[in-house]
Order: sequence, then structure tokens, then C-alpha cells
Amino acid sequence: MSSGWDVVIIGAGIVGTSCALECAARGLRTAVIDPAGVGSGATAAGMGHIVVMDDSPAQLALTRWSQVLWRDLAAKLPPEAEYEARGTLWVATDEEDLAEVRRKQRGYAAAGVATEVLDSMALAEAEPELQRGLAGALLVPSDGIVYPPCAAEHLLLEASRLGAKMLEPQRVIAAKRGCVRLKNGGKLMTRHIVNACGAEATELMPELPIRKRRGHLVITDRYPGFVHHQLVELGYIRSAHSVTTDSVAFNVQPRQTGQLLIGSSREYGAEDATINYPLLQAMVQRAQMYLPAIRNLQAIRMWTGFRAATPDKLPLIGPWPDDDSLILATGHEGLGITTSLATGKLVAAALTGEKPVIVPEPYLPARFAQGLTATEVLRA
Amino acid sequence: MLLPIVLTVNGAAVRVMPGTTVAAAVLLAGSTTRTSVRGEIRGPLCGMGICFECRVTIDGVPHQRSCQVLCTPRMQVATS
Repeated sequence: MSSGWDVVIIGAGIVGTSCALECAARGLRTAVIDPAGVGSGATAAGMGHIVVMDDSPAQLALTRWSQVLWRDLAAKLPPEAEYEARGTLWVATDEEDLAEVRRKQRGYAAAGVATEVLDSMALAEAEPELQRGLAGALLVPSDGIVYPPCAAEHLLLEASRLGAKMLEPQRVIAAKRGCVRLKNGGKLMTRHIVNACGAEATELMPELPIRKRRGHLVITDRYPGFVHHQLVELGYIRSAHSVTTDSVAFNVQPRQTGQLLIGSSREYGAEDATINYPLLQAMVQRAQMYLPAIRNLQAIRMWTGFRAATPDKLPLIGPWPDDDSLILATGHEGLGITTSLATGKLVAAALTGEKPVIVPEPYLPARFAQGLTATEVLRA
Repeated sequence: MLLPIVLTVNGAAVRVMPGTTVAAAVLLAGSTTRTSVRGEIRGPLCGMGICFECRVTIDGVPHQRSCQVLCTPRMQVATS
């Protein structure tokens, strides 16, 4: 065994475990290593919203494929993974938003995603706690919710059944040219290395165009039936796009337990896990604008997590041109849970040479290869 | 002289002296407090507002820590 692996996956988050399952399923001798065990980073910090997003055709293709993969997986997931096809309501506040709702609907339809436009009254009926007088919403019924750490655990378990090995928790200090060096002095020889370290990916590869983008979440006590869908303001996209300033957007999710997750915030340059209280306050106030009665609910915990943001809003999936052994599976920003399943398939395809279901080019790290700055890539 | 207070716990009348916590009234009524996500029954553990195991619904407001609230006349307490 120590004589070599086909692939060593660094990072046992939802992306790493998905890669492990797909690699093991293809008969590759697969190892997974993580200093903190399965599903402990952004996988444990995120919301677990399975969502089709249409910022770009490439993002739409990846999230749509992933959503279908999640629906196929749903029946096999254990109850603790709390998968529910709740659907997303993209909430419109005014006429301008409604025009965006109709534009969004056309794009989704072209990708085979059925949606429904709700007018002001239908929205109030679907979600009575929402502020009155909102313009309407786009309902995406096929979007879902999952509890990511348990989903990652399931993926790892399935991978283990197919022969993948989860190694003892250990920090990786270097990984290149087929050699993974561990903090305890250990060394793993492998044909391929998959960097699935999320926002920490730059610790092993400082040259990667990834920035940490911190987010806050609040969870309430159990209030079953307070809301029924994942509720997101259409302005979320504006917030997610702003690359210079801190921003908040209304994003509330009903958990199977009756708890509510309240988000969202985005910050660059914040590298520690502490709470930014002014930003947290703005985030909660934003939620109160949309759901006035949320102020009567009891919050029980709040925390932060780190998204792995890339300059062009697309993940880095595939070979790293400077090192034949290195494959990247990171840079998913806020869509890592959603796109983890497709990422695993793209990584396995890159390793075996098979043709994936969608074209892999838009996600290839080669677009950021040496000598090409992010601005040049965006212009290309 | 202090007069007893009467409140209800899950609809049944309970008589306590002023200064009694709702947690004590719930125990006097022979009831437990909250139910966990997996349906396990729970009762007051720390008695000082930290553990949140003693939550009940008081006059329609859910998730109140019963060890931190004193009984008042005609209060309606419901456990899950």
C-alpha cells in the first residue's frame, strides 16, 4: 500500500469525499486525508442549499447537472442528511426585480429547469410570514436542502465500501510531483494528488487565484412552519457579485428540525473566524425587512465560514498545468455543496480520460495558468 | 401572608407559592419540559438558564426557559 496510491485526495469536505467516491468507483486506489476529519471545514459551516444558479452558462450547466445528481442520490442518503426538495423562492421586491424574474425563467427553461412565477398574492399565500407588498417571486421547485456534513460522511462511507481509505487525521505540509508530505514526517507516493482544500487550498499552492470570502450564519431554535421554501432575495446576485465591498443579502432556509438558518454575508480580507457584529446586525436586519416576525424568534448560535472565491466566479476543477500529478477541486465559492457531486465526476473523468456529461473546459485551472493574470482571463 | 398562585400546565391546574419558578411548577405537575429533535424527553438540568433543556411554551410563546421565569396567576404553560 505504501508503495503508492493512484490518487491521494487532500481535504475530506463534501468536494473531497465526492471525488473519493467517484475515483473509488472507477477502481482507482484512493486515499483521503484531512487534518480534522470528514466534513469539518466549509462543509460544516455552509447552509446546504442545492441551488441552480445562472450567473453564466458554465455555472448554469454545472449547477443544473449537480442538482440532478443530488436528486438521484437523495433516495440513498441517510435520514441524518436531511435532504428535502423544498424549492427556492427568488423574491422580487419591485418591477425591476420582476423583469429579472422573467429573464431568469427563460434561462432556466432553456436549461430544462421548470420554474413558476408567483405574483404578489401567490407569494403571500405561499409564505405568509413574508412582508406584504412584495412584487412576486420565481419558484424553482427542484432546488433542495441538505445537511452537508452528514452527506459528506455518507459519500466517504460509500467510497470506503468501494475500497477508498480514509487516512489518520494529519496535516499535509507539501504536495507536488506525486509526493504528499505530512506534518508527522510521513510521506505518501501517488500518481495523482487532488487538492480539495476549499479556501485553504492556497496553503499548499500559494499561486492559486483563490481568496477567502467569509460568511456569517445564524441558526434559530425550532419554529416549524415559519417558512416553507428557501427564501432568497433577487438582490442576492448583486451582493454575490460585488467584489470590492462587504455585503449582506436576505437568504433564509427552513431546516427539517424546524430551525431556521439566517444568512448571508460576504467579506474579503477577513481571515479569522471571529464574528463581525456590525455586518451580522446588517444581515439580521435585512432578514427582518423581508420576514418582520423573525425578530420574535430565538437565535441559538452564530458562526462564520470561508468560501473559496475565484476571480471569474467559476471553480477550479481539473489538472494544474505546472505539475502533471496535481488535480484541483476547489474555488467553488458559495456553490461547493451544490456542485460537489459534479466536481467528483469531473475529477474522476480527468483522471481516467473518460468524457464527462458536460464540457469541462470552463472549469479547467489552466485558464489561470502561469503568466496569465485574472484580468486577462476575464477579458479573454 | 402570601397566597398561593394557580396556573395551568398542559391544561391542568397547579397551585404554587409566589416566587416559584415555572420549572418547579412543571415538575410539580409531573411533567417533563422540552422534547429533543429525536423525540427524547428532557427536563431542567442546570437550573440557571444555561443548558436550555427546560424550555416550554408560556402563554403561547415557545422556547421559554422555565427555570428563569416565575409563575404568575392564570399563566398557561405547555410542554412539547
